[in-house]
Amino acid sequence: MYRYDQYDQAMVDARVAEFRDQTQRRLDGQLSEEQFRPLRLMNGLYLQLHAYMLRVAVPYGTLSGRQMRMLAHIARKYDRDYGHFTTRQNIQFNWIKLSDAPDILAELATVEMHAIQTSGNCIRNISSDQYAGVSVDEVTDPRPLAELLRQWSSFHPEFTYLPRKFKIAVIASPTDRSAMRLHDIGLELVERDGVVGARVFAGGGMGRTPMIAPEIRDFVPFGEIVSYLEACLRVYNRHGRRDNKYKARIKILVHEMGRDEYRRQVEEEFAHMKTLGLDPPLAELERIAAQFAPPPYEAGLADEIDLSDRDFAQWMETQVKPHKVPGYAIVNISLKPIGGIPGDASSAQIDLIADLAERYSFDELRVTHAQNIVLAHVKKADLHAIWRALEAADLATPNLDLISDIIACPGLDYCSLANARSIPVAQKIAQRFADIDRQKELGELKLKISGCINACGHHHAGNIGILGVDRKGVENFQLLLGGSGAEDVALGQIVGPGFDENGVVDAVEKATDVYLAHRIDGERFVDTFRRIGMAPFKEAIYA
Amino acid sequence: MNILTGNDLATGDVIWWTGEDWSLHVDDAVDVGDKGEEIAQAQAAARNVVVPYVIEAERDGTGIRPAHIKERIRALGPTVRLDLSLKPADPSAGNWVI
Ligand code: HEM
Ligand code: SF4
Repeated sequence: MYRYDQYDQAMVDARVAEFRDQTQRRLDGQLSEEQFRPLRLMNGLYLQLHAYMLRVAVPYGTLSGRQMRMLAHIARKYDRDYGHFTTRQNIQFNWIKLSDAPDILAELATVEMHAIQTSGNCIRNISSDQYAGVSVDEVTDPRPLAELLRQWSSFHPEFTYLPRKFKIAVIASPTDRSAMRLHDIGLELVERDGVVGARVFAGGGMGRTPMIAPEIRDFVPFGEIVSYLEACLRVYNRHGRRDNKYKARIKILVHEMGRDEYRRQVEEEFAHMKTLGLDPPLAELERIAAQFAPPPYEAGLADEIDLSDRDFAQWMETQVKPHKVPGYAIVNISLKPIGGIPGDASSAQIDLIADLAERYSFDELRVTHAQNIVLAHVKKADLHAIWRALEAADLATPNLDLISDIIACPGLDYCSLANARSIPVAQKIAQRFADIDRQKELGELKLKISGCINACGHHHAGNIGILGVDRKGVENFQLLLGGSGAEDVALGQIVGPGFDENGVVDAVEKATDVYLAHRIDGERFVDTFRRIGMAPFKEAIYA
Repeated sequence: MNILTGNDLATGDVIWWTGEDWSLHVDDAVDVGDKGEEIAQAQAAARNVVVPYVIEAERDGTGIRPAHIKERIRALGPTVRLDLSLKPADPSAGNWVI
């Protein structure tokens, strides 16, 4: 795991001091809200529906037990005893006082954390695969590159005021667990003739105008990725629409300019960039990569697991994934108890997860874009003990990638931009399908809910997606089918007129009935949808 | 009626204009008629309230009910955590929002 060097720490400490002064001046009345607002946003502090909300960066979703414990401490001391893990692999606190914010940032800085660039038109938290470094099918650990890009993008003077926010995802396996092509730039590390480099996709995103990023280069050698991205961002920064917020994302530029023209300009810029020596020297790449060296795994561990306990076996089946080292496994911790709030964890739960990471997983955790937590290096022999501990804390729901493993944005219960509530809909659907055997019968089914067109809940990428809209002051929910954020990326299609809260739960159930009636040999929901198309679903749902 | 709301600068709490000061309870709000903007500007300049704005509401038998669901949620707290709402003891508090 990456550890700050003296420059990283000095920068973060300096930022805390600066923000403390800015906050004091605001509280004293020397700064107006118009002057202060951009300053607080640069430090991840929003004003939401009920209070200030602080978004804390978790670079590529990786953190240590000590950092996790600090999040619990902040929830307990400064918030209302819980935090919300998000699709950007970050955490948000919903009940922050402005007067506490400098102290919170100072406490975060003691464990190498901050909230810089978690808002604003800059390069945001870089997301990555939660199984990085341990998945069986990856080419290399994607996180050293993600870390390099974090360092490149933090405080990058040219890209601090882009036309709009900018999101990058890095993966290194053909299985996409990061919705890579729904990012402004997606990088997939691949190996060609023994050389590692990146396939580059540009111009994806969700929001009001969802787009899947087209490939703009099929290989950039590892050592030139920074110059290449610099070129991509520079072309976007030059031509991105600053006159219209809704057309300002790179997806619109690539779409309007055309992929080929965008690529041509990027190549031209890249040829120039390469002459400037922007790319880091090999020694720096090695320094970063060394920080992600595999932990000291034990050799010769047993692979057998006693599955005689039915509940444990059930959990094993859904939550535990193969690890590339024999004797080890990957544990997925569900933050989706039936009827709970997707992504929320109490201080006590956060502390417990930190303990488990320290004790059983080489002190390392991952936040997933599906709002769950991963312990990435667990000895198979410890799985039973971990399960017992999780179960006691209501963290052992065996529903990974099943219909109740719902991604839901905070919606109108917390978010000032929302049109409708997302959480109650998620709760009702989970309750409708509470029976875990029924969920397993349905198999992989990714359901995602957003409370407005901004799509923070990834509804476009849901096999079943739900979008909250406002119809004359009343909450209304549109249903979408067929989306995917994985390597078979696709955008969901709207089924038809929307529903009220209970109506959309019924509509989801009808969609699953159509699937069960039509599926053939091992098809997932999304496969059946692709084969039979929208018509049978639409017919059943509006019958 | 028109009522004035905003957030407290230091705490972020949702607050309502009572005619003299700000209250955490929507039921304390007064009708500002067409003076909302004027009061809002003066209060924002005094800097203890952030982005004050006027909304429509109704007074009924039980108190003041904002017209839009968003403002009712702001007045109550999250409907999914009634323990964190302003009516934690009332199990049916969420119904007030809908
Ligand atoms: C705190 C309240 C939030 C605000 C004000 C907010 C605002 C927005 C806005 C304005 C957009 C649209 C951007 C665009 O397409 O130009 C957006 C997109 C997005 N937000 Fe949020 N958001 C919030 C919370 C969240 C949360 C909690 C998550 C994670 C669960 C999240 C993750 C995302 C994602 C993944 C997108 C889609 C990104 C894309 O299309 O590239 N946001 N958000
Ligand atoms: S999708 Fe809309 S409602 Fe949901 S968090 Fe994003 S901005 Fe808020």
